Amino acid sequence: MSLLERESAGVVMTPDNIRSQKLHPGLNIGIAVAALVVGMAVAYGFGIGNYVLGVVLGVVFYLVGLQIVAGRIEGRRAARDRMWKTLIYAACVLAILPLASVVWTLISKGVGRLDGDFFGSSMNNIGARDPDGGAYHAIIGTLEQVGIATLMAVPLGVLGAIYLVEYGRGKFATTVRFFVDVMTGIPSIVAGLFILSFWVLIVSPWFNNGTPRFSGFAASLALTVLMLPTIVRSTEEMLRLVPGPLREGAYALGVPQWKTILKVVVPTALPGIVTGVMLAVARAAGETAPVLLVAGGAAAINFDPFAGGQQSLSLFVYQQAGDASRYAPARAWTAALTLVAIVLVLTVAAKLLARRNSLSK
Amino acid sequence: MGDNPSRSENATAGDLGVTGRHARGAGTGVSPRSYEEPPFGGGGALPKKTRFGMEAGFKGLSVAAGAMVLVIIVAIAVFLISKAVPAINADTENFLTYKSWFPNDTEPKFGIAVLAFGTVLTSIIALLVAVPIALGIALFLSHYAPKRLATPLGFVIDLLAAVPSVVFGLWGRDVFLEPVRNFSLWLNEYFSWIPIFGGDGPFGRSVLLGSLVLAIMVLPIVTSLSREVFMQTPGMNEEAALALGATKWEMVRTAVLPYGKPGVIAAVMLGLGRALGETIALALTLGVVFNISFNIIENGGNSIAANIANSFGEANETGRGALIASGLVLFAITLVVNMAARAIIYRRREFRDSAA
Repeated sequence: MSLLERESAGVVMTPDNIRSQKLHPGLNIGIAVAALVVGMAVAYGFGIGNYVLGVVLGVVFYLVGLQIVAGRIEGRRAARDRMWKTLIYAACVLAILPLASVVWTLISKGVGRLDGDFFGSSMNNIGARDPDGGAYHAIIGTLEQVGIATLMAVPLGVLGAIYLVEYGRGKFATTVRFFVDVMTGIPSIVAGLFILSFWVLIVSPWFNNGTPRFSGFAASLALTVLMLPTIVRSTEEMLRLVPGPLREGAYALGVPQWKTILKVVVPTALPGIVTGVMLAVARAAGETAPVLLVAGGAAAINFDPFAGGQQSLSLFVYQQAGDASRYAPARAWTAALTLVAIVLVLTVAAKLLARRNSLSK
Repeated sequence: MGDNPSRSENATAGDLGVTGRHARGAGTGVSPRSYEEPPFGGGGALPKKTRFGMEAGFKGLSVAAGAMVLVIIVAIAVFLISKAVPAINADTENFLTYKSWFPNDTEPKFGIAVLAFGTVLTSIIALLVAVPIALGIALFLSHYAPKRLATPLGFVIDLLAAVPSVVFGLWGRDVFLEPVRNFSLWLNEYFSWIPIFGGDGPFGRSVLLGSLVLAIMVLPIVTSLSREVFMQTPGMNEEAALALGATKWEMVRTAVLPYGKPGVIAAVMLGLGRALGETIALALTLGVVFNISFNIIENGGNSIAANIANSFGEANETGRGALIASGLVLFAITLVVNMAARAIIYRRREFRDSAA
């Protein structure tokens, strides 16, 4: 006699008694409300904290209560399942709170100086008591530095990726690939120090009668160091997605390898490559530390990236944040809003482009 | 020329003295597109292999671009060392153990101990806070949330990874400072018997504030990498667990987490690398004090990167060298962390392409 038959001997199996009992949703909500009330009562009753503590205690009590009640009704394993589910949802809420606060503050504080003057004037001759002044010079600086950095990093990065995908075999290629990944993690301040010690302190005195000189170009070099690994990685992934038969078709027609790469492989992967480049540009535009170290910042408009200090938007935010003027925080927040807008537009455009990309589907 | 017609540059073997491209008579084979290639009918359809043609040139260019990465990494080390060594030699105290930073004096005195301690302390606290939450969100996005919610939420998380650190720093200093100060006061009132929450204040611009801001910044990175890994769990494993009667959490614990473990470790290490190198957010939130203290709520704390940003402005030549020396230490730490993370990813090759 099998176990099943013995068990079912006296009982008619119906869906109701096979299925294990479920915690009623109303009971679940009831536990939650009761836990919150008790939490608030403990927090305020003993005078040990405000509503935040009440909510935290409420969550703890809810977890305990759920464990007990659900454990009775559904069994221990199902109760534990509920507990983890609650914790995972709580983690999500907990993370969204500060991020929402960042976005809200950016918008509410950032619109204060969002006027024509902000985008049309620099900080030249703006004293601590002057409420105006703007970020025109910083926007110019960011555009020039990031633009030059892109011009340098994109050919280098794409060629490097072509090496890894099309030519790279053996130990050397593995080493290069490994260090591209490692380079992704180099802190931006270290890249800044590298350009400081290499370009600003050693190379730039040759062009400037022996004295070191800050310049926007130095910042571009540092940003290039930061963008290069990102571009190599994303391009490499895209090139790998190009179907092999496309290459073989070209070879079969007698096209040399370099021409195949330039005329067949790269154009096929182009949308993906552009996406990767845009993400790298967005990241570079937000970097502060390298610009601080090698471009130095400036209050006036400087169109020449090769001579003299240049401002950038992120550095402008940092410097205004540290400024003693009572008008500085408003400028800092508006500049931060501008910076985030630029970065997010680039990122969203890149992601949308990636979605339309037929290769990565 | 006549010795080896198939390999010669302008061979016209097979032709009867006709040299014009279009004047070739019928029946002499397929005509080549240009003079550089031998006619197919004449044998040897392959173009001549040249030593310095476009092919070799392009290949050389791309190899050079690939090698550039190695050159840059080596150059970073070389140039940082070249500027750091004179400063360390000028240091009148032990660089590794001295607990203060006066490199601009006539007798420079500076040591990395406090800064390295602060860097590691803030990063570890940030990870302790961020990693459980990030894993929770990653699991939510990969296994709990309905697809309609998971896709846009994942998109938002990716966007947050792109928000510049200076914005988080500004937010931490202008907005987050107040709640953290209140929290610190509360902790100090009820838990001052625990040394890390002790002290007499002032509170606020503390290791706690810096670490929490850092945690918020690391969160999107760890989340998006872990989510990718969790999503790659073979459906077979999950279904097998569910078929054996596992609850959803048991399925996650027995199928998803073990499979994703190396990827999660790598994501955490990458987050650690990011946290160690973070500059501006910490420069804006920490209350720069040079001492080694485990008290996390009193004003204080410092890190290598924040110190570079804060004291670069007034540094003289030795001061700059000292900052570069501290940057060298940071470079070494992050290099080790990143290489360890990558080594873990590389051992499990299936994660290599996702964890970029």
